[in-house]
Amino acid sequence: MIEIRMHGRGGQGGVIAAKILASAIFKEGRFAQSFPSFGVERRGAPVLAFTRVDDKPVRLRTAIYEPDHLIVLDATLIKSTNVFSGLKHGGTILVNTSVPVELARFPEEYTVGVVDAADIAVRHNLGTKSIPIVNTSILGAFSRFTGVVGIDAVVEAIREGVPIMPDENAAAAMEAYEAVKSTALERVSGKVKVN
Amino acid sequence: MGMNDTNDLRKKNGLMHPSVDKVLVIEGTHAASHAVRLAKVQVIAAYPITPQTGVVEKLSEIVSHRELNAKFIKVESEHSAMACCIGASISGARAFTATSSQGLALMHELLHWAAGSRLPIVMVNVNRAMAPPWSIYVDHNDSLSQRDTGWIQFYAESNQEVLDTVLQAYKIAETVSLPIMINLDAFVLSHTSEPVAIPKQEVVDEFLPERKALFKVDPAEPHAFGALIGPEAYMEMRYKLFQAMEDAREVIRRVDSEYSEKFGRSYGGLVEEYCMEDAEIVLMTSATAVSTARIAVDELRSLGFPVGLMKVRAFRPFPVDEIRELAQRVHKIGVMDRNISFGATGMIYQETKAVLYNASVRPKLFGFIAGLGGRDITPETIKDIYSYLLNHDAPESETIWVGLKSGQEVRPEGGNASSAAFGQNENV
Repeated sequence: MIEIRMHGRGGQGGVIAAKILASAIFKEGRFAQSFPSFGVERRGAPVLAFTRVDDKPVRLRTAIYEPDHLIVLDATLIKSTNVFSGLKHGGTILVNTSVPVELARFPEEYTVGVVDAADIAVRHNLGTKSIPIVNTSILGAFSRFTGVVGIDAVVEAIREGVPIMPDENAAAAMEAYEAVKSTALERVSGKVKVN
Repeated sequence: MGMNDTNDLRKKNGLMHPSVDKVLVIEGTHAASHAVRLAKVQVIAAYPITPQTGVVEKLSEIVSHRELNAKFIKVESEHSAMACCIGASISGARAFTATSSQGLALMHELLHWAAGSRLPIVMVNVNRAMAPPWSIYVDHNDSLSQRDTGWIQFYAESNQEVLDTVLQAYKIAETVSLPIMINLDAFVLSHTSEPVAIPKQEVVDEFLPERKALFKVDPAEPHAFGALIGPEAYMEMRYKLFQAMEDAREVIRRVDSEYSEKFGRSYGGLVEEYCMEDAEIVLMTSATAVSTARIAVDELRSLGFPVGLMKVRAFRPFPVDEIRELAQRVHKIGVMDRNISFGATGMIYQETKAVLYNASVRPKLFGFIAGLGGRDITPETIKDIYSYLLNHDAPESETIWVGLKSGQEVRPEGGNASSAAFGQNENV
């Protein structure tokens, strides 16, 4: 079983992204479950969303305490909340940020990916510069970065799962798929040391 | 595990049955809405309350897109919602509402009216803890407090079971002339998305033809519902209601097996057993805790412990025969209640004990309370309970609280009663 936790703010679309991710996984032939943090969602407040992936129907109906993968829709949450809580050793963190991956400072035990999902979203008319809707871009990046789910299934699930602008959302996901940078790739080429 | 294996699992779970139109990854509330659409409900009246809102939102969308030809009545309270359903049902229509917690409590008076008038109304209740202290998280005190109103009550374990049970419910309700409440756990089902097989409309139509009311309000042929009645007949009407609930047991079993034939999914009727072969120790529980308990049972079985599980799917009518029969096969029965009757015990425990008093065989019975107000029930919670059952010949007290924090731990940090201090996402 693979467990994914998404950190965002109310209004960024994290809950819908977790649901689209579950739908994409199911399209690929596996089983999935997604749910928001069990709380009251308010615009701008920190919101969590979760997805479980398995080869068999997901029977576990508890919160996720030790995720394998983190997705951070808003990098300011890294300072204000403990996003790393429970993340498994060797886990991955994907962050929406304009900071280059070689400058991203995270504990070395994790593999870090970065993508400027906000920039991509705005260029595809998804939200505004002050409130970009980054949820679909980040899913495209997640597909490439972790390999947990293929981009074709992600794009298909996005088209079915977004309330409006399916073409723009799909295009943003595909652009983010190409644009994501990760420390795993950089480590291989020996360019940076992440501390 | 290859694609063929997951295909087998999809078949086994009824996701690839010929009756399936499509499989959607949807939340529990929407599973209920799709079932209402497929049941061709004619009148929907509801008032929004967290975490039920999704049921009504989706239905208003379905009705406005003309995917369902129903009258959608917006009301000013849950009391009015049930009043509308009663009026609609009296006129022969198939009626539906959904609510939760305080909303259900506000409906209380009219729950008696619906059952007393023998109206086959179906309601979805999203189980949410009663306030105060204010809570939006799951426990079962809201619906179990309504146990004596004459409503049949089901508790669902998965989103698929929510959809399937709503469809079964109209058939059962219209057969025995009793209203039915289908309960699903707040957030753990209501806001959780998972694959749900949506059946083809034509197969649902065969299973559930349109309602034929025995009596209805019609100016051409007048009938009175809920009129004043004297001591000479009230008691007989109560006896008939009692008898209808007794008859419902067999109808529930029959409808579940009919459903299984048509749709390829079955829930065992009033109860479902899991890993009961040669089990010496059994845990009874209901709703989503059953799903998580299956994982704990698999693990304990693999270690050689003779444990099994019984899912209580119907609380009214109570599965009397099933529990008495179970008692003949096992040494110890534990009951895990996600509710508490103050001054007594957990309610399923209480009723199980009552059922066994006159039974020929009476194994040791243990009552556990867990998961109140949304406290997470994890495989570890369940394993703790099995461990207690394995290591004790008799319960040390009538009510055993599981996962209770000490006073020191419960006190919110810095005096701020945030959800974090109470264990919701406490590590985040």
